[in-house]
Amino acid sequence: MSAFKYDKDSDGIVTVTMDMAGSANVMNAEYGEAMRSTLERLEAEEGLTGVVFASAKKTFVAGGDLNGLVKTGADEIEAFYNFLETSKKDMRRLEKLPVPVVAAINGAALGGGYELCLSCNYCVALDSKAVIIGLPEVGLGLLPGGGGVVRLTNLLGLQKALPYLLEGKKIKAAKALSEGMVDATVNSIEELVPRAKALILENKGNANAAVQPWDQKGFKIPGGNANSPKVAQVISGAAAMLTKNTRGLLPAPEAILDCAIETLRVDFDTALRIESRKLASLVPTAVAKNMITAFFFQMSQVNGGASRPHGVERSKTTKVGVIGAGMMGQGIANVSAMAGIEVVLKDVSLEAAEKGKAYTAGLMDKAIKRGRADEAKKEAVLGLIKATDKDADLAGCDLIIEAVFENMALKNKITSSTEGQLAEGGVWGSNTSTLPISQLAEASANPEKFIGIHFFSPVDKMPLVEIICGDKTSDETLAKAFDYVQQIRKVPIVVNDSLGFFTSRTFGQQLMEAAQMVAEGLHPVRVDNLGKAIGMPVGPITVNDEVSLRLSVEAGETQLAEGLISADDDPRPGASALLTTLVKEYNRGGRHHGDGGYYDYSDGGKTIWPKLLELYYKPELEVSDEDIKDRLLFSSVIESLKCLQEGVLRTVADGNIGSIMGIGAPAWTGGYIQFVNTYGLQNFIDRCDELAAKYGERYKAPAIVAEKLAAGETFQ
Amino acid sequence: MTNHAYIYDAVRTPRSKGKKDGALHEVKPVDLGAGLLKGLQARHDLDTSYVDDVVMGCCSPVGDQGGDITKMIVQNADWDESVAGVQLDRFCASGLEAVNMAAQKIASGWEELVVAGGVESMSRVPMGSAGGVMSGDAAFQLKTGFVPQGIGADVIANLDGYSREDVDAYALESQKRAAHARDNGYFDQSVLPVKDLNGLTILEKDDFIKPHTTMEGLGNLKASFEMMGSMGFDDVILRKYNALEKVTHVHTPGNSSGIVDGASAVLIGSEKAGKDLGLTPRGRIVSTAVLSTCPTLMLAGPGPAAKKALAKAGLKASDIDLWEINEAFASVAMRYMKDLDISHEVTNVNGGAIALGHPLGATGAMLVSTMLDELERRGLKRAMLSLCVGGGMGISTIIERV
Repeated sequence: MSAFKYDKDSDGIVTVTMDMAGSANVMNAEYGEAMRSTLERLEAEEGLTGVVFASAKKTFVAGGDLNGLVKTGADEIEAFYNFLETSKKDMRRLEKLPVPVVAAINGAALGGGYELCLSCNYCVALDSKAVIIGLPEVGLGLLPGGGGVVRLTNLLGLQKALPYLLEGKKIKAAKALSEGMVDATVNSIEELVPRAKALILENKGNANAAVQPWDQKGFKIPGGNANSPKVAQVISGAAAMLTKNTRGLLPAPEAILDCAIETLRVDFDTALRIESRKLASLVPTAVAKNMITAFFFQMSQVNGGASRPHGVERSKTTKVGVIGAGMMGQGIANVSAMAGIEVVLKDVSLEAAEKGKAYTAGLMDKAIKRGRADEAKKEAVLGLIKATDKDADLAGCDLIIEAVFENMALKNKITSSTEGQLAEGGVWGSNTSTLPISQLAEASANPEKFIGIHFFSPVDKMPLVEIICGDKTSDETLAKAFDYVQQIRKVPIVVNDSLGFFTSRTFGQQLMEAAQMVAEGLHPVRVDNLGKAIGMPVGPITVNDEVSLRLSVEAGETQLAEGLISADDDPRPGASALLTTLVKEYNRGGRHHGDGGYYDYSDGGKTIWPKLLELYYKPELEVSDEDIKDRLLFSSVIESLKCLQEGVLRTVADGNIGSIMGIGAPAWTGGYIQFVNTYGLQNFIDRCDELAAKYGERYKAPAIVAEKLAAGETFQ
Repeated sequence: MTNHAYIYDAVRTPRSKGKKDGALHEVKPVDLGAGLLKGLQARHDLDTSYVDDVVMGCCSPVGDQGGDITKMIVQNADWDESVAGVQLDRFCASGLEAVNMAAQKIASGWEELVVAGGVESMSRVPMGSAGGVMSGDAAFQLKTGFVPQGIGADVIANLDGYSREDVDAYALESQKRAAHARDNGYFDQSVLPVKDLNGLTILEKDDFIKPHTTMEGLGNLKASFEMMGSMGFDDVILRKYNALEKVTHVHTPGNSSGIVDGASAVLIGSEKAGKDLGLTPRGRIVSTAVLSTCPTLMLAGPGPAAKKALAKAGLKASDIDLWEINEAFASVAMRYMKDLDISHEVTNVNGGAIALGHPLGATGAMLVSTMLDELERRGLKRAMLSLCVGGGMGISTIIERV
């Protein structure tokens, strides 16, 4: 049986219902064959008046076959290019059928799915949450090479098409209608195919209904071609605007931009060929492999609950207690209430607790201003948050998250005095970022019910939550925490206990390495800028100022005092001494914790603190940009590998997703562990040896790399 | 001349139809030129920092070819940052003018190594895109008596007595010779395939040649300039050439140069450059000449230019082994042979632009590779290259193997 059902009605309209084996219509070899045989039949069909493409699945068409793509190597480019050109010729045949072709979009039409829609003369979409439209390929290091760049540019014009192509913006049906990306919407699934057929019947006698705009005589691209002065102006600034965002690290948006502009310069079919060549050039790149691995496969693995204990029933948190209404506590209260969970927000004074609640009121006001919420929604959310200074109000919580100062004695005191308020079987979570969970759990009467739930700041914006299991944390407790994180619509990664867990520990290495380089005599601005050059959202020097130099120093002191670290093991004594000097001698605790940090801050912006250069800067010191960049990047990569080696990371996927979503690992790396796969394990070891010889033993590649290499494996 | 200008190498792209369905339409001029420079660099493992300048002709320097395209090609080829580049325009002579200018730079002793060539994507930037006074300023036209060059070509045929059959026969021979040369690999040494960013071949060999051309097929083509002539241009030119009763239009797309895309590059340098870089010269530039003749007839310059080049070199026509005249129109080549009293046997031995196409700014430097290869293949010494040029100009260059 064909994967495409073929029904001709009494009006002469053929409805092609895509119904491939499996849960979705995927553009694989089977799809290609079904499309080709359907086209042959349509071309030969007598009395044909129109064609409707519909889907029998939840989604319209799920897009390309990423399993195949991610394996396509540099030696297969020619075959891939030829395959692409062949399948695009079919799309061209489809749009050259002598009758109108209508896409009936019942569900997500992303990537290849929307490219099929673009090859149809009309699109009718169901106006429902399930219908998402867009070309998100750029987010996987690819370009929409099935005609997406060329057709969308022809349809919308350069300026309007670029955000969809360069940012992979996804939209709902109603927005697609107003953007001209679909032609009509319907409110119910029952109306969908009838509306598609009606469009064909309405256009009987309209010769142009069967001809794509770009194939019509006298067609002009909306907004003008490359010779239009307005478009020329867009083009002249586009590359710089892109570079500002991508820093030259992402080949896909660069290829997309060039292809879209070429579309304005050459004829339609030539543009399609250029598009194929560009996609073929991206497919074998390390960046595409990294991004597909992380953002598609490992993201689904993480969200699919691969790190959640099997066999534990899913739970729903109904009442969450948050202790400490500071920056983190108020954020946790906010995201919980936004997910419809009842929240008790407790602080030492009612005033402090109310202030924490007011944070959510402020966020809601902003949302209302932007039209994303209304007063009723605000009231409903605020109605879920009870601000209090009484432990008793926490009674009956099935989850309590403690978010007070990073002080073990304080945390322990709260644990033992308050855990009794938990409902039967309730779980205690600590939002610590620096203290070991197993040790904190010792204060609990039920250490198996104790777990780390590490949020990132600002909580309402950061998508990641790091769940930390202590020695005694039970599977049920982990499952409960995992389910809660998904309930508040965040991405959970699960790690084992260690000083700084996975994220803080990995993040800290890069900051300390930056400090080390400044201590050695490199210019701090150069270090900062080269951090940005590898794709960090903000340079490490600036970040350190933002998160506070003082807290770093104090955390170090606490850990020393607790015997958690030893001064003899410090891999970067220069960096530690520099931070101590800055904080203790000069009160340079950071942007918010003293008289500034590495930088001086004023309304006019930031400038390097002159004394810093006086103390450390050695202009004669020669270190290449390449070394500085690798020192920053490899510091985090090596620490991630150590976390994997030591069992702090339970899965590679958690490491990659956690590093990207929690601590700003550049998207092009696919996460700090995936980076090693495409860098090449042997190359990585060699480069580590070079760096170790020049800058210190801390750069030696962890043994796990050589083990994987010997086993002929990569990090999966 | 103080220094010899040696030709160390000469390369070109294959040529393809200069329309949207041509194989090279998908290639930007800046990529077409850069691919060629990279190829030239790779052939010699060339230290590009040694190159003083790159001179490239381009006749429609606007849009994709605008704003000193040569410098952009140099950058796009990832050549050393110190290498300069300049685009020049002497109409159809631009490519050979680039060669001559490079030779003069070397001969003067002021520069050591220069790349000369040209680039023209006629599919992307159609002929005439740059506008211009010659055909765009009515007062100037009235004063100087401008007619489209095709009408000049027709009048040359009329003046010299070439019939439609004569020019078609010439065209047929060009097709035959070009097809034979291509199919026997005579162009292979110099033609670098055009590749895409993946290294996949976009075009390997010249594909504009029409080897199955027949006299009958040529005879069926409509004369191209009849309508324009009847609009008034015939009258304009007959005011000067008043011995003619009327203009008989004999040129068609079949016996005129083809509109194609392509690029060329010639590596020209001093003896010192060769020694420093370990390059062996393949030839040298003996002399160059440029002049102008009647701008209305426009296309009669090559013969006089060739004579001027001979005189400068102290040579006679009999000292030249092979002749190469750009086949802008059949009558141009025929007039050239008549002017110099030379046989078709030694002229355009591998066909010309009627069969291969004429990528305006690039053609002149393409002739260098064609002739150098052929002199080597035949074991001969000296060749004359000539082109007719807009405004009545003519250009010539004598090269010889060393």
